[in-house]
Amino acid sequence: MTEDGMPDFKGSAWRGLVIGGSLTDGVDVRLDPDASVEDIKVGTLVAIEGERMRFLGQVTDVSLASADRTLGAAPPDVSDPFIARVVSGTTAYGTIKVAPRLVLSKEVGIAAEGPQPAKTVPAHFSRVAQASGGDVELVFGKEDKHHFWIGNPLDMETKLCLDIHKFVERSNGVFGKSGTGKTFLTRLLLAGILQSGAAVNLVFDMHSEYGWAGYAEGGKEVKGLKQLFGSKVAVFSLDEESSKRRGISPDYVVRIGYEEIEPQDIQVLRGALGLSDPAADATYSLQRKFGRKAWLRELLSLEPEALSGLADELNVVQGAMATLQRRLARLERFGFMDPASTHDSVAHILDYLGRGMHVVLEFGGYGRDTLAYVLVANLLTRRIYERYAEMKERALSERAAEPTPLVITIEEAHRFLQSGVAEQTIFATIARELRKYNVTLLVVDQRPSSIDTEVMSQLGTKLVCLLDDERDVDAVLTGTSGASKLKSVLASLDSKQQALLFGHAVPMPVEIRTRDYGTPDSYLSLGHLDPAERKARIERDIAGLFGPREG
Amino acid sequence: MAVKGKTAKAHRVGEVVSASTAAFQVHCHKLYEAPPLGSLIRCGTDGSLVYGVVANILTESLDPSRKPIARGADEDSEEAVYRSNPQLTRLLATRFDAVAVGFQDSGGLHRYLAPLPPRVHSFAYRCDEGEAREFTESLEPIAVLLGAPIASQDEVVAAFLRLASRAHPDPQAFLVRAGKELAVQLIGQSQRLNAILRRLSR
Repeated sequence: MTEDGMPDFKGSAWRGLVIGGSLTDGVDVRLDPDASVEDIKVGTLVAIEGERMRFLGQVTDVSLASADRTLGAAPPDVSDPFIARVVSGTTAYGTIKVAPRLVLSKEVGIAAEGPQPAKTVPAHFSRVAQASGGDVELVFGKEDKHHFWIGNPLDMETKLCLDIHKFVERSNGVFGKSGTGKTFLTRLLLAGILQSGAAVNLVFDMHSEYGWAGYAEGGKEVKGLKQLFGSKVAVFSLDEESSKRRGISPDYVVRIGYEEIEPQDIQVLRGALGLSDPAADATYSLQRKFGRKAWLRELLSLEPEALSGLADELNVVQGAMATLQRRLARLERFGFMDPASTHDSVAHILDYLGRGMHVVLEFGGYGRDTLAYVLVANLLTRRIYERYAEMKERALSERAAEPTPLVITIEEAHRFLQSGVAEQTIFATIARELRKYNVTLLVVDQRPSSIDTEVMSQLGTKLVCLLDDERDVDAVLTGTSGASKLKSVLASLDSKQQALLFGHAVPMPVEIRTRDYGTPDSYLSLGHLDPAERKARIERDIAGLFGPREG
Repeated sequence: MAVKGKTAKAHRVGEVVSASTAAFQVHCHKLYEAPPLGSLIRCGTDGSLVYGVVANILTESLDPSRKPIARGADEDSEEAVYRSNPQLTRLLATRFDAVAVGFQDSGGLHRYLAPLPPRVHSFAYRCDEGEAREFTESLEPIAVLLGAPIASQDEVVAAFLRLASRAHPDPQAFLVRAGKELAVQLIGQSQRLNAILRRLSR
C-alpha cells in the first residue's frame, strides 16, 4: 500500500505508461520494455495511477508497435536470443488499449465514497499496471454474507465477489453456448443466493441437475444444492419414476390438473404445438363457454359431430377447432396431468418458499419435452406470481410482512421469451416489472438472440460465457455502454470456466475464471461437510465445551 | 564511490598529457600496457575525479621526425627484435584517448561531462570491478559515448559494455538491459543498432 492507502504497483507482472487515447476509444498504454505482450490478456483488470485519481479499467485490445519504420525492411537478427530479448519491448514494443471504467479518488476521505464511473481519462504518462487484489476488493467487495465469491479475475488469485442483495434486485441472465459452464455458473449463483439468504429460489430444473446431483463433462458426478444445503432445499419432482431411478425420494411430486390450464398457457405453447392463430384464440371462446376450470376437459371429451357444432356456435373455423382438439390431446399423455386434480402444487411450492426453503422442480424425463417444460414452468410461475402480487399488495396496504424475494430460474429461456411469445408469458412481465412484486428471474440460455430485445434490455446483471454467433453476442451486449469494447473481451473468453460479468450488480464489467465447483475443497468452501467430518467437528466442539469424554 | 586506497601504483596506467572536457589523452608509463579498448579509467584526485572510457590506443615513435624502421629481418621472433634493440622501449610510446563519461565531486557521482577537464600530468588509474559496476548501475554513459567526438563510436560502446558486463553479477542480464537502452537511443538507426547488438551477443 502507498502512503495514501491506495494499493501500489509492486505486485504487478508488468507495467506501462499512458501515451494517448480518449474516453470513448480507450486509453493507449505503452508497455515497459521488460513487459511482454504475451503476459497480458484482453479482459485483464488494470489500474492507472493518475495525478489525483486512480483509474480502474479493462484491457480491450493488445497490439504490436515499432519505434522504427525501417524495422520491417531490416529486421533484427532475432534468431540470436540475446538480440531478440533486447529488441522486444524497445524497438518493437507492445501497446494495450484500456477502457477506463471507474475512478477512486486519492484524496483522503473521498476514497470512502467508493468507486465512481470514469468520466475522464488519466493524464499523459500515468503509470499503468495490473490491478491489485486490494483494488478488486475495494471495488467488488470482500467475501462476506452479502458478497459471494463467484470467481477470480483473470490471472489473479484475489476472490471476486458479487453483491448478492444487489444481484437479486433485478432479473438476471446467464448466457453461453452449450458446454461453456452455464450450469456450473448458475449452480454457483443459486448457492450464493442460498447462502446469503437474500431471496428464495425456485428452479425449473429442466435436466435435473441442480437438485440432488449434476454431471460434469466426462461424466463425473457433482453435488447438487440438496446435498450441499440439506434442509434448506426441497426437491420437487414432476416425474417420480425418473427420480426413483436416480435414487432420490422427492419432497413432493407435482401434478397439474386439467382445471389449472388456462388459454394463456396455450398461447405460449402455440409454437410448440404448431397451432395457428385462430386455433389458439379459440381457447378464449371455449373458456367463455365452459368456464375457467372445465373448458379443456370439455374440449377433449367432445365427439367429432359435437365439435363441429361447437365450432359453428363459437364462430371458429371447423378445421382450426379440430386441430386444437387434436393437438391439446397431446397433453393427455403427460403423466403429471391429473384429471382428478386434488393437488394444489402451487400452494405447496408457496408453502415451502414461505418457510424460506428453496425449491428445485426436477422435470425428469419431461425435461426432454419442451412442451411439458414450457407448460409447467409458465403455469406454475403465473400462479405463484399472482399470489406474490397479492401478498405484496396486502403488505403495502396492511403494513404486513412482505413476501421473501423470489428468484425463479428458467432454462432454455428463449422458448418463453422469444419475441412474439414473450408478451404472452408471465416471464416477460416479471422481467419488465423488475422487483415490483419481489419476484425476479434468473434466465439461463444459449441463444440470447432469440430472446425478445425488450426483455434482454431489462435484465440487470448478465453473466456471459463464450458465445460464437455474432447475433448472440450483439444480443447480450444490447443496451450496454462500451459494447464494442466488450465484444473483443467476450470473443476472447475461454470455452471453459470463464465468464464476462456486467450490469447492475457489478461496478464495472469484469472477466472471471469461475470458482471451482465439484471438488471436495469447493464443497468445503461452500460450507458443506461430509457426514464423517461433521461428526468429528461436533465431537471436537463438545470436547472443547465440556472437556474430553471419560472412558 | 570510495577510491581511497585504490590509487595504488598497481592500478596506475599513465599520465594525462592533453585534455579537453570531452576527451583526454594518456601517455602510458609502460610500452604496450594500455588498458584494453572500452575500459573504464579515472584520473585526478579525490574531490575532482574524471572518468573516461578508453576509445583509441596508439603506439608510435616519441619523436615524430624519426619513424620506426623494420629491424627483425635476421631475428627469430618479435621478442628477439626488442632484446637486440633495448633502446626501442625508450623511443616508442603507447598513448590512448579516453572519452570523458563522468566525474565525481563532493556532490557524488555524475555520469555526464565534468565541468573542467583533468589536469595534465594527473595520474590515470584502471577502475576495478567494484567501481566499474557502480559506475554502470545507470546506463547514461551509453548516450555520452554514442555522441562522443571519436571514430568508431559503436566499437567503443560495444567494448565498454562487454567489459562492464563482467563486473556485474549477471552479465547477460546487464547486457540485455544495456541493449534495451541502446535500442531506445538508436531509434531509427536499426542497422547501427543491429551491428552493436551483434558485437554484444558474441
